[in-house]
Amino acid sequence: MTSPAWFAEQTVYTVGITFAGFVAAVVFGVLFAVVIVEWKLLDRLLFPLFVGLNSVPKVALAPLFIIWFGVGDAPKIAIAFLIAVFAVVIDTALGLRSVPPDILDLAKTMRGSRLKVLLRVKLFCAMPHLFAGLKVAMSLALVGAIVGEFVSSQRGLGYVILSAQGMFDTTRVFAAIAILAVVGVVLIEAVAIVERLAMPWHYSAERQGH
Amino acid sequence: MIHASQVTKQFGHGHKGVTALNGISLTINEGEFVSLLGPSGCGKSTFLRCLAGIETASSGNLLIDGKPIAGPPDRLGMAFQRDALLDWFDVLENVLLPADFGNKRKCDYEPRARELLEMAGLSAFIHSYPRALSGGMRQRVAICRSLLLDPRLLLMDEPFGALDALTRDQLNVDLHHLSQQRNMTVVFVTHSISEAVFLSTRVVVFSPRPGRIVEDIAIDLPRERRLAVRESKEFGDHARHIRGLFEKMGLIHD
Ligand SMILES: Nc1ncnc2c1ncn2[C@@H]1O[C@H](COP(=O)(O)OP(=O)(O)OP(=O)(O)O)[C@@H](O)[C@H]1O
Ligand SMILES: [Mg+2]
Repeated sequence: MTSPAWFAEQTVYTVGITFAGFVAAVVFGVLFAVVIVEWKLLDRLLFPLFVGLNSVPKVALAPLFIIWFGVGDAPKIAIAFLIAVFAVVIDTALGLRSVPPDILDLAKTMRGSRLKVLLRVKLFCAMPHLFAGLKVAMSLALVGAIVGEFVSSQRGLGYVILSAQGMFDTTRVFAAIAILAVVGVVLIEAVAIVERLAMPWHYSAERQGH
Repeated sequence: MIHASQVTKQFGHGHKGVTALNGISLTINEGEFVSLLGPSGCGKSTFLRCLAGIETASSGNLLIDGKPIAGPPDRLGMAFQRDALLDWFDVLENVLLPADFGNKRKCDYEPRARELLEMAGLSAFIHSYPRALSGGMRQRVAICRSLLLDPRLLLMDEPFGALDALTRDQLNVDLHHLSQQRNMTVVFVTHSISEAVFLSTRVVVFSPRPGRIVEDIAIDLPRERRLAVRESKEFGDHARHIRGLFEKMGLIHD
């Protein structure tokens, strides 16, 4: 029960949950941000609702999720998703609204459709903000996965910590925490690598500014 | 081609409101190069934005080819004070943007874009990102972009305002040649008297806010101009006359 292979298995499980929650948060978060930025009315209606929902402590929702989704992976992914999605929405919406007025004017004079403006201008403008949000979201998704595993699980690093605690096995707790820290660093670094690949104009210019 | 009569523009209401334009009447014919010259904040940009259809006049008539301006007119090119390049596209894609936004096939316009960039001396930078370019190069890219679809009407809002004197002179010469070669109407906003006189067939001088037209001056220099024309007597006379107008408005004094 303490072999490196066993720890590796638990780590892979937690990373899987984190990743699933993260991807769901990115997909849903970006779509939601686009919707509230593009349609003022939906912003007024949905955004307060969304903020209200976010103010509910997610840990308190965990037992509900287990009732609804059973004890499998789904409730853990749902918690990771819920904790992570807020950062994605806030940062993406900020980014989508950060288009310089000159560029919006330019787009108008070229008589581009709203879709063109969104796809060619707004999404690119949002990217630096989006990636800042993704880094926060990734670390929050990891927290979410651990919370989910605390509440009900037979697997994962959260379960390792909880069960070791029950046996006063401090060493095992520390081992799991150390692994968690490393996993956190690696996941954030992975986002940073994707960021560098996705925004070559930000990083490949031989000269900065002018 | 453009006909403005008693155009006013008011931002906001009541005593907090700002009157940016106050009764502008102006006719611009096909093929003219008209410079708008005036102190900062007098409404030059506002007038240009009304022409571009991205701002609507509060009152008065603003016609283009006899029809009121509602939205950006057909075959419009526009260059902004800050170049408004998209950092995330390379130079070629930036120049092709008007084709893309107009739902035209980009490959049809690529030869044209390359030709424009070649003319602007930017062939070597076709695949560079704007961040890797100097201010003057960026501005040239922006001008190539505004020319891609062969505009009939080119609106330029202090496109060279942020450049050093040397680059500015060069771009003035280039723009002059361009406007000679193709038959387009140019409305050009600037702060520089000599730039206005050098480029224009007409210089329209605005008063401080609320902007009114103080004088509409035909520049009768030869159509084909070189930088040396700036040393000529006629050029000096025009420049002196315009400076005199600014002195009379109390905007400059010795
Ligand atoms: N969107 C706006 N809302 C409120 N006031 C505005 C707006 N745009 C312009 N103004 C006001 O209208 C006046 C004219 O502005 P405009 O930008 O046209 O001046 P300008 O002649 O182009 O000046 P500059 O040479 O400094 O660019 C200014 O006093 C400005 O404060
Ligand atoms: Mg201006």
